[in-house]
Amino acid sequence: MTKRIWQRILQNKASLTGFVLVALFGLVALFAPVLAPSQTANPYQLPQSSYEVTPQPPSAEHWLGTTEQQYDLYYGVVWGTRLAFKIGITVTFFAFLIGLILGAGAAYFGGKIDEIIMRCTDVVFAVPSLVLAMVIAAMLGPDIKNMMIALTAVAWPSYARLVRGDVLSVKQQDFVTAAKALGARGPRLLLRHILPNSIYPSIVVASLDIGYIVLTAASLSFLGLGSQPGTADWGQLIAMARNWVLGSGTNTFAYWYTVVIPGGAIFLFVLGWNLLGDGFRDILDPRQG
Amino acid sequence: MIKYIFRRLLLLPLVVLGVTFLLFFLTQRLSPEMRASLYIKDPRQMGSLEEVIEKYGLRDNLFKQYGRWLGSAVSGDLGYSQSANMPVAQAIKEYLPATVQLAIVTIVLVVFFGVWFGVVSAVKKDKWQDHLARFISVGGFSLPIFVLGLLLLMLFYGKLGWFPPGGYSLSTDVAIHLPNFHHYTGFLLIDSLLNGNIRIFIDVLRHLFLPALTLCIGSFALMVRVMRSSMLEELNKDYVRTARAKGLPEHAVIYRHAGKNAIIPVITLAGIQFIRLLGGTVIVETIFDYPGIGRFGVTAAQQLDIAGIMGFSLMVAVLFVLGNLFSDILYTAVDPRIKLND
Repeated sequence: MTKRIWQRILQNKASLTGFVLVALFGLVALFAPVLAPSQTANPYQLPQSSYEVTPQPPSAEHWLGTTEQQYDLYYGVVWGTRLAFKIGITVTFFAFLIGLILGAGAAYFGGKIDEIIMRCTDVVFAVPSLVLAMVIAAMLGPDIKNMMIALTAVAWPSYARLVRGDVLSVKQQDFVTAAKALGARGPRLLLRHILPNSIYPSIVVASLDIGYIVLTAASLSFLGLGSQPGTADWGQLIAMARNWVLGSGTNTFAYWYTVVIPGGAIFLFVLGWNLLGDGFRDILDPRQG
Repeated sequence: MIKYIFRRLLLLPLVVLGVTFLLFFLTQRLSPEMRASLYIKDPRQMGSLEEVIEKYGLRDNLFKQYGRWLGSAVSGDLGYSQSANMPVAQAIKEYLPATVQLAIVTIVLVVFFGVWFGVVSAVKKDKWQDHLARFISVGGFSLPIFVLGLLLLMLFYGKLGWFPPGGYSLSTDVAIHLPNFHHYTGFLLIDSLLNGNIRIFIDVLRHLFLPALTLCIGSFALMVRVMRSSMLEELNKDYVRTARAKGLPEHAVIYRHAGKNAIIPVITLAGIQFIRLLGGTVIVETIFDYPGIGRFGVTAAQQLDIAGIMGFSLMVAVLFVLGNLFSDILYTAVDPRIKLND
């Protein structure tokens, strides 16, 4: 089954492109310490060659140029990739874990517990996720950890609903009745029989959300509600470019690299996940032959 | 159906209570001085912060304070927004029409481009036009709004000077504050026409276009996809074959016959996306310095203007829940196979 899915992913041009993009970014993240060795204790801190304000174009010393205040763009893109994976994976993991526990609990116990948990998801769904994450992050204070808490807080309800639906449908199937007849009860029935047969599609859906999570994180950083200033964070690099979009004097595009380089990185990253996600969705959707 | 709507409307206060309580709980991390703005209506009261803290018991327990905030919010007093320099209720009244205006222009663009790309994609299925249309829509979907916005600003304002940022130019700002300009609706696009001032209308539209285009490119991918599959389905039906058989020109077959039927799901989707745009306006309004509710919310969040944040979230939650209910109803109206229950 798994082998067939991968075959189909690699046969389709679009999803193959997605796979290659995600894999490349994965390699960059993995080898960040080799690609851009850091001189400080905190590698996510951008090196600054001087305090000069004006961005500098690509040169031998700074391959992709520097943005406002001489933050190196190459370093920012490389470690920004690692940070993107760190944020994407951490947030998806915890959001899915919370969603799994609450969703499975709601479906398994039903009744009042189900009602309470589902009304909680309604509350989170009542505000656009970016807006809610923005407000939570602002109250907690700008910091990567707080940003991840805010993102997790808005992401778990969709997984809770997903897992709940899966568990509810599996609960009705014959093998669960059979397990019950054989005496399986309580946690054992849920953990050994129901969950292993219901959560794999949800896990795939959740992991494909990494692109979206990273995009939301970058939006928060762009608004100044994410990482601390000077962090190798794509959203923040783009925020720094805001002051330079109109160029200098006659040359409008003088500082194009301040927008295009971090912007290109995040675009390709999100595109990769979206293409891969489309591929998986087509395969997992039984209506598509 | 009526039962469903009723149930959802009953849920609305519950959900709004949940959202505001969650945020109110988070505000407790901040000092009583910062929270005082929740109870101040006018900047002249600011001098006596300690009195405000005393008077409103900002050191009381959470539930007591929340109850008080809720009480004044229900009576229309949302406190004083330091970031906007005016009472929150007034800020919402001032900024909301601009955002609604932006969302309407955006949705018009989304439908226009979505239908156009979708039809081309379906008619030229698997040819290069199809691939191009789909590539642009997936690309637009993956390009973050803030990157796209900056690039468009660079080109259309920096290079070409066609569409300036902001909500309107200085001359318009002066004109609309003159006593002879009547604010009938609060929507500048409509008010300018009612005042018979076409120059203001064009000026406002010029400032609106770039943020609207940015939002549109970021969200029309879904529209293209829906229009394409809906169009493909219609093109395979018998009545299209009949129309072709009786010798109708191809464009008449496509637009007047198949297109007319294929557009139905798109209209529903437009209703849904209209509400989804609320999230995107937060970023777009910040980039283009557009004086709408999204920029108000972002500034409030950045400056930890508690009264502003609470008022903004309250308003967004109400709008969003009502909008979602409306689009659910729209679904059933268009597609009789969908039944709303539970």
